[in-house]
Amino acid sequence: MMKFFKKIYFYLILLFLYAPILTLVVFSFNEAKSRGKWGGFSLRWYKELFQNAEIMDALLSTVLVALLAALISTVIGTISALALHKSGTFFRKTMINLTYLPMMNSDIVTGVSLMLLFSFLHFELGFVTLLLSHITFCIPYVILSVMPKLYGLNPSVYEAALDLGASPLQAYRKIVLPDILPGIISGFLISITLSIDDFVISFFNTGNGVKNISILVYTSKTGVKPENYALSSIMFGAVLILLLIINIKEKKKATEGNY
Amino acid sequence: MGNHIIDLQGICKSFGDTKVLKDFNLYIRENEFITLLGPSGCGKTTILRIIGGFEQPDEGRVLYRGEDIVNVPPNKRNFNTVFQKYSLFPHMNIFENVAFGLRIQKMQESEIRKKVMHALEIVNLPGFEKRYPDSLSGGQQQRIAIARAIVCEPEVLLFDEPLGALDLKLRQGMQHELKKLREELGITFIYVTHDQEEALTMSDTIVVMSNGEIQQIGNPVDIYNEPQNRFVARFIGESNIVDGIMHEDFRVRFSEHEFTCVDGGFAKEEEVDVVIRPEDIKIVSPEDGMLRGVVKNVYFKGVHYEMVVSSGNTDWLVQSTLMEEKGKTVGLSIYPNDIHIMKKCN
Repeated sequence: MMKFFKKIYFYLILLFLYAPILTLVVFSFNEAKSRGKWGGFSLRWYKELFQNAEIMDALLSTVLVALLAALISTVIGTISALALHKSGTFFRKTMINLTYLPMMNSDIVTGVSLMLLFSFLHFELGFVTLLLSHITFCIPYVILSVMPKLYGLNPSVYEAALDLGASPLQAYRKIVLPDILPGIISGFLISITLSIDDFVISFFNTGNGVKNISILVYTSKTGVKPENYALSSIMFGAVLILLLIINIKEKKKATEGNY
Repeated sequence: MGNHIIDLQGICKSFGDTKVLKDFNLYIRENEFITLLGPSGCGKTTILRIIGGFEQPDEGRVLYRGEDIVNVPPNKRNFNTVFQKYSLFPHMNIFENVAFGLRIQKMQESEIRKKVMHALEIVNLPGFEKRYPDSLSGGQQQRIAIARAIVCEPEVLLFDEPLGALDLKLRQGMQHELKKLREELGITFIYVTHDQEEALTMSDTIVVMSNGEIQQIGNPVDIYNEPQNRFVARFIGESNIVDGIMHEDFRVRFSEHEFTCVDGGFAKEEEVDVVIRPEDIKIVSPEDGMLRGVVKNVYFKGVHYEMVVSSGNTDWLVQSTLMEEKGKTVGLSIYPNDIHIMKKCN
């Protein structure tokens, strides 16, 4: 009997987690425009989505900003983490606390202060400022996901590489980087999701008609349209596939090691 | 054994306010198995790291075949190190781990394969090429670390307490293997440990260290039989150390009894430390003993019994294969050449 309730409980949790997404996906295939009525299966909204130039532009900006911001902040964040790991305790602790701060800061403060900085420096708000603002808020997350991997690194592994004739650069490239790669990758993925998700900071730091998906949806005068269901379903599907790939890869690697 | 391969001259090193090494001088001869032995914090690992190039001395010179190499980075030194913690590269399989140094040298693939296989055979782990480090036991990992170090054919192998994390049985097996390996390779081994038994088993030369200073240098037999001071006597094996007075050459008085000994060269009535190893004290009948005492405690140690015999103000540690009853009065007898006299050190 207890076992039965345990099972029910588990499925209830799953249901609460996934019911909204499931509804979204189902309604993205709804022929009718209504949110409440099922008008039959159709790919109408997917078709309209791809024909809607405004959405497509926003999607392109979103993806482009997400990829570029994630890439650049991953590089900067990883290098910073390496440097922090090597520096003295006092400097390291101070710097790490300073990088924590922007993460705790509310988005509205970050967004407005970046905007002020850009206008003070006479930057024209647009794609570049949008990208810069995203890089800014992603870097701490990269540092935060790389640092624990560096702490977990056996220091004699780096020294062993030097000992076997590798130059410091070779030792970093061939030994340290592959070892902390999972941290770097998760920093990159966190950056992508943060960038795609962000509205508040983007809203203050874009201009010249450059919009990402969240700005487009929030500022739409006609509210959420069924094309957005289709778009959201596609984005959910993309994340799902990404997760599956990572999982399968890790499983493969785990079985390779033990035979 | 011939020329000096490494000379350490006047090495000083501090970490913050702590002076780890004070004017340290040592030479290491070619093809020697030399062990730096001492308690933790005595500076032995720092010496090894200075030889390997991982630490810079504050003062002093490190000569390799007469040339100062203080400013040569570790990757340019023809030494290889086996580290204390398993330092295998976790994301590489065993073959790539061992091949790492050869790949850095840009050696040909067929040559690399041959050398890696040979190195794995030397450490008795052929067929492990495709395994990953985390699927190996501690002993196997440490052997791979040795294979990875010897595959580069270094002139000097450095060992930083490589057996510290292994269990006793495995450690003893590895000690014999290391000794054999050095005979096969014919290169210089510099070995750091805090385990006196390990040092006695493997070394040609032992350097006993404490507080960044050398206490004694010698071969294992001399270090054990002729410790130069209290510290060495305490650190190497177990010993009874008592205060004594040298009446004249070959005559020493301790525990209210005068003994004949084989040491001389002390001042008349000089105060000295007397060292007697527990296995050198014979238990005899009370009438035949030079000293008389009461058995206070008896411990069974496997091969022998360890007994504490109280005589006057002194508790003597005695080892014997025969057990005496607790509380029994016994005599203790010591041969002259088992009495070792040391100068008092402050």
